[in-house]
Order: sequence, then structure tokens, then C-alpha cells
Amino acid sequence: MSAITTPFPGAGSLPYRGKVAMASLIFAESAIFTIFVVAYLFYVGKSLTGPTPQEVLETPIFFTICLLSSSLTVHFAGKSLERGKQGAFLILWSLTILLGGLFLYGTGREWHRLIYEHGLTISTNLFGTTYYSLVGLHAFHVTAGLVMLGIVLMFALAGRVGADQFRRVDVLALYWHFVDAVWVVVFTVVYILGR
Amino acid sequence: MSSDAMAIRNVEIESRPWVETLHGWLTTVDHKRLGILYILYALFFLVVGGLEATIIRIQLMRPHNDFVSPQVFNRMFTMHGTTMIFFVAIPVLFGFANYLVPLMIGARDMAFPRLNAFSFWLTALGGFLLYFSFLGGSGLYGAGNAPDIGWWAYAPLTSRAFSPGHSSDYWTISLLVAGFGSIGTAINLIATILSMRCPGMKLSRMPLLVWLNLIMAGMVILAISPLTAAQIMLAIDRYLGGHFFDTQSGGSATLWMHFFWIFGHPEVYVLVIPAFAFVSEIIPVFSRKPIFGYPVMVGATVCIGFVSLSVWAHHMFTIGMNSYANSFFAITTMAVGVPTGIKIFNWLGTMWGGRIQFKTPMLFCIAFLFQFLIAGLTGVMLGSAPFNWQLSGSYFVVAHFHYVIVGGILFALFAAFYYWYPKVTGRMLSESLGKLHFWLFLIGFHFTFDVMHVPGLLGMPRRIYTYEPGRGWDTLNFIVTIGAFIQGIAILVFVWNLIVSYWKGDKAGNDPWDAWTLEWSVSSPPPEYNFGSIPVVASRRPLWDLKHPEDPDSSYE
Repeated sequence: MSAITTPFPGAGSLPYRGKVAMASLIFAESAIFTIFVVAYLFYVGKSLTGPTPQEVLETPIFFTICLLSSSLTVHFAGKSLERGKQGAFLILWSLTILLGGLFLYGTGREWHRLIYEHGLTISTNLFGTTYYSLVGLHAFHVTAGLVMLGIVLMFALAGRVGADQFRRVDVLALYWHFVDAVWVVVFTVVYILGR
Repeated sequence: MSSDAMAIRNVEIESRPWVETLHGWLTTVDHKRLGILYILYALFFLVVGGLEATIIRIQLMRPHNDFVSPQVFNRMFTMHGTTMIFFVAIPVLFGFANYLVPLMIGARDMAFPRLNAFSFWLTALGGFLLYFSFLGGSGLYGAGNAPDIGWWAYAPLTSRAFSPGHSSDYWTISLLVAGFGSIGTAINLIATILSMRCPGMKLSRMPLLVWLNLIMAGMVILAISPLTAAQIMLAIDRYLGGHFFDTQSGGSATLWMHFFWIFGHPEVYVLVIPAFAFVSEIIPVFSRKPIFGYPVMVGATVCIGFVSLSVWAHHMFTIGMNSYANSFFAITTMAVGVPTGIKIFNWLGTMWGGRIQFKTPMLFCIAFLFQFLIAGLTGVMLGSAPFNWQLSGSYFVVAHFHYVIVGGILFALFAAFYYWYPKVTGRMLSESLGKLHFWLFLIGFHFTFDVMHVPGLLGMPRRIYTYEPGRGWDTLNFIVTIGAFIQGIAILVFVWNLIVSYWKGDKAGNDPWDAWTLEWSVSSPPPEYNFGSIPVVASRRPLWDLKHPEDPDSSYE
């Protein structure tokens, strides 16, 4: 055995720690969402009083398309950054935030409609409890993602995000893909199976 | 590695004002200091939880005792369980993992040092919140000042109607916060182990302690997260008027049981796998042989990890599941015994034909082997559904899981304390005090927990604050309490040993046990940067290679 001189040994061969950590976080978050999804499915049709999902839910097609397409924009934003195209990165990154924001607006509008038109709150019945918890948990993750995307955007506008930051931005993109994937599950459970 | 790393000595630091020292400890991001903080924090709560156990045992010492009121008794067993699992067992094991994993894989720190500090302080805040409930729990209702809902907190005990005031809120928030801390540490451990290994430290060459902590971290992620989700739901029920566990509105109390035990059972393995890890490092060194069946040990642990995710409902046989569910959970429960048995045979295989040195760490490991085996056997008994219907909720169950946690996990932990204390402090723990501690604790343990099985078989339910005389439980309970006091004295001997040896113990040197893993290649205590130059390893026992260049392990790999 002999001493070696590289300050960060194995940096080339071992996986990037940020990616490993984000993957682990995604496993943990998936477990949390699984429990909420199980609770939702377990309580479908068990509310003692109305309103029921059939009566009040409307499928948010447009906002779903917004969120899912933001996965594409964040992916190509990362690719642009890797290739050193700062301008394209900024545009695509801002577009991601815009699409995510639109989705949140959609959730907010739906909640407003449910609360003020149908009188459905988290304490109304089991449907209200499970619906607001599950959709709210997802919306919380979208919000957290938007905050982080926003921080990167601020640094990017200040000219601090270059091609050398590609791997870090990629980790954040991984989180955003996860938030989108969870929405596919939540959408299926709430708007298709749950009705 | 060789001469460079070996030559680093503890540099004499000029004494600084205590405020600066304190500031250094409070703001540290060094994995070794955080490890020590975790361990000291857990030791503090070990004493607190131990005092609660003592109160429980004094109350049950004789029939119709009135040492504490029924209400206080409920609070004591709730706080004892919650404290011991969440604020003793998890932090102390995380502390050892924090301290040892980077040293064993030749890294200078964890992958995310600041996340590490953040996770520790979250856990610390969790413990503070739980105990603040003694002051703030009664709220406006004057309704009791600490959680009294049992450590499972079954619904509907946690609903507003049955738990007014804020004590259950403190319980929920405390576990939620500590849970985030645990998930943070688990993520950090996985990232460290996968991404920070020194050159040559292939997965197949990692010390078993590192492997087992990797599996433990994975299980924390899969087990603590459901608990976190369930705590969020409970908080929604209590604060926002939700109905998750509200049977009045169609909610299900059973769902909470499922969610809790989906956490609760894997949690047992989260605690016991690090105990396996200590034993797997200590037995080879004191048997003077490499571990027997390294790949099988890793495989068996992965098996235990997977199977343990599908056994949770064996805690719930008495709620009345259908026969298919009963059979499934009985079979999976017994299946865990197979990989666990493989591990026990591997440890025996390691000792077989070795030159065994009966130092204190080894004594604790040998006791661990016997006691963990017995705990596993009563586990198989409880795993069969019909037998479980008879004994669920009795002192037999209490005796069983204390046999696992005290007889298995705590004994392995004591072994780890005696084994790594020289590395952490630079001083040896006193061997004679250590042997006194071992024998006292062993005798106290068997007095308490062997005998405790019997009142359980005779039908004594757990969590009762007193009992009628003349049911055949009186003498047995008295013996159990005597055993608890003997264990208490043994713990005092241990704490005394920890304190005295810090100043008076023999100097340890780098490698007092003639061991083989990387942490023994640096000075005791290790320098802040761990390794002056990053080591390169060529086998599972890098220090053996260094000490025996004529016959290195690497030539057999």
C-alpha cells in the first residue's frame, strides 16, 4: 500500500454523492407518498357524508399537461447548461418555473372552487381529509421544488451558474422529475380510480 | 497509507476558554464530534429512560402498591418506550455509525457534514420537545402533563376526545422532527458509503460494520418514512379536524395500527442490524480469525432487511385478520429466523478454532449470542398466530422484546463501547470495572427478563399499574424488580468507568486490540481530518496486510 496524491480519490469511479443522496431522498419520499396513497384508496367510498368525489371533482387536464411538460423543459435546461448554452438554459429554466407555477395556480383554483362552491374542507368528511392531504402533500413538494428552482434562477441571473454546476443542477432536476412522477400516481388515484 | 498516516500524532492544542470550546462543539460539522454528541445525548436519555423503568418496576414490586398513581404509571411506560426507542437506541447507533463509517472507509468526513449536524440537532430538538411535554403538555385543559397513550399511540387514544391538552401533540411533533433527523442521517450514510470510499475500498472489501450500516440506513428510509406520514396524518386529525383515525366519521383505528407497525417492525431490525455490525467486527478480532462467511453475512442481512418489511402484522394477530393474512404474516415472521440463524452460525464459525481472548468486549458479544438466540426463539413462539392470541398483550411479549433490545442490542452496544472507547478518547476503559459491569448486568438482566416470561404465561397483562395478590405473580414480580435494581447498579458502574477512565485509563495507542480495520491506523483520538493522506486498500483487512507484508490477505483475493 502506498499513499496517493489526488485530494479527492475515486471521484471519477464512484457515483456522485449528490445524485446518491437525491435518489435516497426520493425513496424516502416515495414511502411517505405510498402511505398517503394507501390511506386515500382505503377510504374511497367510505365517507359518511357528502360531497363525494363523483359530485365535485373535475379532471385538471390542462394543469397536468403543464406540470408534465415542465419535466421536459427542466431536462433540456440541464442539457443546455452542460453544453454551455447559458441563454437556452435561462429560458428553459424560467419556463419550468412558469409551468410549475401554473400547476400550483390550478391546484389553488380547484381548492377555492371546492371550498367556496361545494363546502368541502379537510374536516368535512373522509374524502376531504384524504384528498386535501394527498394533493396538498404533492402541492407542498411542488412549492418546495419551485423555491429551489427559483434560487437557482436567481444565481443564474447573477451569472453564477455555469457548465461546471451541471451536476448540481442535474440533482435538482431529478427531484423535479420525481415531483412530476408522483403527480402521475396522484392523478391516477384521485381523478381516475377514486371516482 | 503506511508511514504517513501512521505518523500523525495528536497535536497538542493550547487550552482555550471554555466558551470557545462549547461554541466549537455546538457548531461542529465534524463527523467524529457529531458522533460523540449523538452518543452522549443517547446516554443521557438512557439514564432518564432507565429511571422511568425503575419507577415502573417499583410500582409493580408488590400487589396493591401505590408508589405512583395510575395516571403517572401510564405516562411512565409511554415515556419509557418512546425515549428508549427514539432517543436512546436510534441516536446511539447513529452516533457509532457517524463516528466509525468514514474512518472505516478511509474518508475524511461524511458526504454532507452540514446535513449531518442539522440531522443531529433535529433529533436533539425532538427529545427536547418530548420532555417539554412535562411542562407544556397540560395546556389549558389541566389534562395531564406528558403523553400517556403508550408508545404505539393507538387510535382512538390519540383523538382529541380521549387525549385533551397538548401531551399527544408533543409526542407527535417530537417523533416527526426526530424522524426527519433520522432520514437525513440515513441519506447521509448511504451517500457516504457509496460515494466516499478510499481507493481500493470496493464494496466487497468494506468492513461488515459499514455494509450493515448501509443496509440499516436503507431500512431507516423505508421504515421511518411511513411513521413520518402517519404522524402527519395524526397531526392533521388533531389540529385540522381530519378524520384519518376518527372512527366516528368512518375513519379506521386499524389503519393506524398498520401504519405504525409498518414502521414498528422494520424498526427492530434498524436497531438490531447495527448490533450485528458491532458483533461482526469484535468477534473476529478477539478470536484472532477473519470473519467466517463474509459474503453470506452480507446476503443474510439484505435478506433480513427485505423479509422484515413484510412481517409487521404479527403485532396485530389479535385484531382479527382473516386466516390468509394470519398465515402469511406467521410464515414471513418465521422466515426471518433463517437468515438470522445463518448469522449466528457464522459468528460461531468465526470463534470455532480461534484463539479467543475473553476481554470485556468479547464477553458482551458472547452473552449477546446466547441471549439473542433465546430472544429469537420466543419470537418464533409469538410468531405463530394461535399462540400469539393467547399471549399478545401479556408480560411474555414484554419479556420477549426486552430480551431482543436489552439482551441483544444493549449487550452488543456495551461491547462496542468497550471496543471503541480507546479510539474515541485515547484511553482504555478499566478491564476490572468492565468485568464487574458485565457480570452484574448479566445477572440483573437474567433475573429481570428470564423471570418476566413467567407472569406473562400466567396471564399478567402488560401496562397494568397494579394487580391483585395471590395470583402467583407476587414473588415473580418482586424478583423482576430486584433484577432491575442490579441492572441499575451495573449501569452506574459503567458510567463511572466511562468517567474515570477518561482521565485515569491506560493510554491506548493507535491499535490496542491488534485489529485490522482502517480506524485503528490513525491516532487515538483521530485527528480532525482523519487521514493525513488518503489510504489505499487491497483487501478486507488493510491493517493485517500492513502488519504481515510476508502474507497479506490481498494475495488470496
